[in-house]
Amino acid sequence: MDYGFTTAAYVVAAVLFILSLGGLSGQESAKRAVWYGIVGMALAVFATLIGPGSGLWLLSLLLIAAGGAIGWYVAKKVEMTEMPQLVAAMHSLVGLAAVFVGFNAHFTMKAVQKAHAAGEAITGEFAQLVAHKTPVELSILSVELFLGIFIGAITFTGSVIAYGKLAGKVTSTATKLPGGHVLNASAAAISVLCLFWYAQSGGFLPLLLMTLAALFIGYHLIMGIGGADMPVVVSMLNSYSGWAAAAIGFSLGNDLLIVVGALVGSSGAILSYIMCKAMNRSFISVILGGFGGTTGPAMEVEGEQVAIEADGVAQALNEADSVIIIPGYGMAVAQAQQGVAELVRKLRAKGKNVRFAIHPVAGRLPGHMNVLLAEAKVPYDIVMEMDEINDDFPDTDVAIVIGSNDIVNPAAQEDPNSPIAGMPVLECWKAKQVFVSKRGQGTGYSGIENPLFFKDNTRMFYGDAKASLDKLLPMID
Amino acid sequence: MKIGTPKEIFEGENRVAMTPDSALALQKLGHSCLIETGAGEKAGFSDQLYRDAGVEVVDSAEALYSGADIIAKVRPPSDAEVARLNASKTLISFFYPGSSEALMKTASETGASVIAMDMVPRISRAQKMDALSSMANIAGYRAVIEAGNNFGRFFTGQVTAAGKVPPAKVLVVGAGVAGLAAIGTATSLGAITYAFDVRPEVAEQVESMGAQFVFLDFEEAQQDGAATGGYASVSSPEFAAAQLAKFRELAPEMDIVITTALIPNREAPELWTEDMVKAMKPGSVIVDLAAERGGNCKMTVKDEKIVTDNGVTIIGYTDFPSRMAAQSSTLYATNIRHMMADLTPEKDGVVNHNMDDDVIRGATIAHAGEVTFPPPPPKVKAIAAQKPKEKAKELTPEEKKAAEAAAFKAQTKQQVILLAVGAVLLLAVGLVAPASFMQHFIVFVLSVFVGFQVIWNVSHSLHTPLMAVTNAISSIIILGALMQIGSGSFIVILLAALSVFMTGINIFGGFLVTRRMLAMFQKS
Repeated sequence: MDYGFTTAAYVVAAVLFILSLGGLSGQESAKRAVWYGIVGMALAVFATLIGPGSGLWLLSLLLIAAGGAIGWYVAKKVEMTEMPQLVAAMHSLVGLAAVFVGFNAHFTMKAVQKAHAAGEAITGEFAQLVAHKTPVELSILSVELFLGIFIGAITFTGSVIAYGKLAGKVTSTATKLPGGHVLNASAAAISVLCLFWYAQSGGFLPLLLMTLAALFIGYHLIMGIGGADMPVVVSMLNSYSGWAAAAIGFSLGNDLLIVVGALVGSSGAILSYIMCKAMNRSFISVILGGFGGTTGPAMEVEGEQVAIEADGVAQALNEADSVIIIPGYGMAVAQAQQGVAELVRKLRAKGKNVRFAIHPVAGRLPGHMNVLLAEAKVPYDIVMEMDEINDDFPDTDVAIVIGSNDIVNPAAQEDPNSPIAGMPVLECWKAKQVFVSKRGQGTGYSGIENPLFFKDNTRMFYGDAKASLDKLLPMID
Repeated sequence: MKIGTPKEIFEGENRVAMTPDSALALQKLGHSCLIETGAGEKAGFSDQLYRDAGVEVVDSAEALYSGADIIAKVRPPSDAEVARLNASKTLISFFYPGSSEALMKTASETGASVIAMDMVPRISRAQKMDALSSMANIAGYRAVIEAGNNFGRFFTGQVTAAGKVPPAKVLVVGAGVAGLAAIGTATSLGAITYAFDVRPEVAEQVESMGAQFVFLDFEEAQQDGAATGGYASVSSPEFAAAQLAKFRELAPEMDIVITTALIPNREAPELWTEDMVKAMKPGSVIVDLAAERGGNCKMTVKDEKIVTDNGVTIIGYTDFPSRMAAQSSTLYATNIRHMMADLTPEKDGVVNHNMDDDVIRGATIAHAGEVTFPPPPPKVKAIAAQKPKEKAKELTPEEKKAAEAAAFKAQTKQQVILLAVGAVLLLAVGLVAPASFMQHFIVFVLSVFVGFQVIWNVSHSLHTPLMAVTNAISSIIILGALMQIGSGSFIVILLAALSVFMTGINIFGGFLVTRRMLAMFQKS
């Protein structure tokens, strides 16, 4: 029953996982940190296979290999711009796995009780563990696996919807079924009732009902959140998948599952918190979806958007000494990061000071822009965070906004009635000249008018970001 | 249209309103040019130069006035010159309509249009024809040069083998265009320059030119200079007293004082009193640019240089621009040329005297037999009104310390409360839950704690790799599936197998994608 070696391996694995997350504090140490994670995982799986999970080990190995091959293929093939979708899709797998493992725990519990009643021998590791439990422990166990399944189910449908929204397969606008949050609340209420029912009867029916309710909550909750809030959603789902693993770890009595689940859960929670703070919104308001709580009519925007052609932009860039580029989701959509990097290389070769300003919620994933720029071989030491660079705009000759909107919206500071009032933004309008590369007139994801486009020092460079850059590049000499 | 420039008849005036360069530009507007012979002589432009530029040189003023449709000159016209105007003529020159109403009336009675270059409104669009500014700039420069000419020492401080030379101290009163030009000239010669103005908002401009702004210890809501078109207005008696006290304090230290204070349409205010002059060191120089309007110093004699009993030189010349005729003619002729460009919008040599245009309306003082002075207020404000500046309150060191201590206390309090609540909760759970659960629970709480500590240090740019890695390691749930796969019924095996398969995808996919991302990050 006791596997001293397995427990020791788990301790080592847990330490490795912690080091792996801690190593992500710097770009260089991060490369080492991934290996810690890989070794930790390999050690954990190996120790389980030769210890408590030795039954049908060949099948397990085969399945891992098959899954691994698919994972390998997908990871090799995926475009960096599709990273948000991929992460969301993988979260859904963890969620589903948690649901299945939870169900299995339930079945095993039933089987053990049956065997007890019949006085038969009990086989299997987990079954033996269950067999030794007292009635109080058994009811705690049922609550744990109930929670695990509940969170896992929400994670599953939520991630599937998030994947659909990010991949453009589901409309990215916030849509709710008639009834709105009442539906979510009633589904949650059903789940709570099922919990009591399940604790009383121990039958499979309440478990199944609850699973359906949780699946619905996951679906409906994420459907009601707009595309601009996706960074919060993805990190929230990340957090959920961790908590689900931790809950399952409780029910299986496996400390490593608990440790890793808690690590992942808290990591996702912190990321969500950082994202919310960057948008100056409370977590609750993001989860409940949509922008709300404006106190009056938005400020009228006066003036007009003045368009400019590539030669005008090129001339300004040729004359500028310092340039700051503000990328957003539009750059990812247009796959323009290579063009941007090429532009930066040309400008830097001429001795100009070129930097990037990254808003915390730029893109659809925390740190999305950093990854895209890294892919295009932009050196990371010229990629700055908002707080590092915001004070430098007044001394900057040219600011280029590529496919971002709300994160450069001066209304956040100037108009107390704006839905994004108080959100920290990149103050690019303080630069001497601002160029905005944008597909056309009109508001962005959030539907908020942007006074930046109407400012005297702003020129609109209309067109697809990639096509615009291709036009611009030959004119930079 | 024919544009003609006569010779200036005012005694000592060297400037000319047309240069060969400006004539070329005027011809491009479709006009032809005339000039009286010898008009540009004193400014260094010979008749031949004008002929080369395609200008017709005429022999007399009479011929010029009869031949030209538009007469461009520098000084206000004399009575004789006004008499030569008629309804078909336009006169462009300085006029000072506020102080020469009789002349303006006579001029309007001839039916001619008169454009006063000193009445061009101070708006951005009209800066290119703002002759007052271009002349004031020259006056400010020349004032310093004249002062230096009469000052027996260096401007700049030097330490030489023959001894140490202290730098000259220059005070510029009034930081308008002339004042700023004087500041710039004085600082570039190496003098220590101080400047004063009744409009505190110009302090920034003064400092940008390299001078120190002299602040008064005086609390009063100053009128915003923007309300008066950027010009100074009359200040209160208390303010004037504080200002004089400050000057009295500065007077003994200053080597050169340049006063430029003028208030539109009023006598120049007295800023440098007799006792201040007496307090100055022998050899000091005062240049009074306001001499034409009575002077900022009452001892100033208009158009003359005097030396007081205590050896202070006071310069009261009023013809500084004329003393640099080549430069000032070039600038003034350019101002005229821009005015003509606005008057001929089609560039076809046809003058369109558009009285709806703010600039043309503002500068025109007589048109179609009527006096059109003063003009209605311009539609565009000269300078945007300044927003009152809010100064962040400076905290004293004690206050800062107190605030820090308070913040520390609050933080400690918060942490203690959190810990207490956490401990109570933990105890409460421990009372009900069995020991086996508590073991796991403690592991859980500690892990959450470690997670929070570790994740805060993750750099922002690595958030996406962080998500990928946490996603990969959250597949640790595979352990649960592995433990279940060997036991129980078919359905358990099936579900467990599916879980193993899915998490397998996740483990490999997650780690690999993370590695791919991290490999891309590189230093320059």
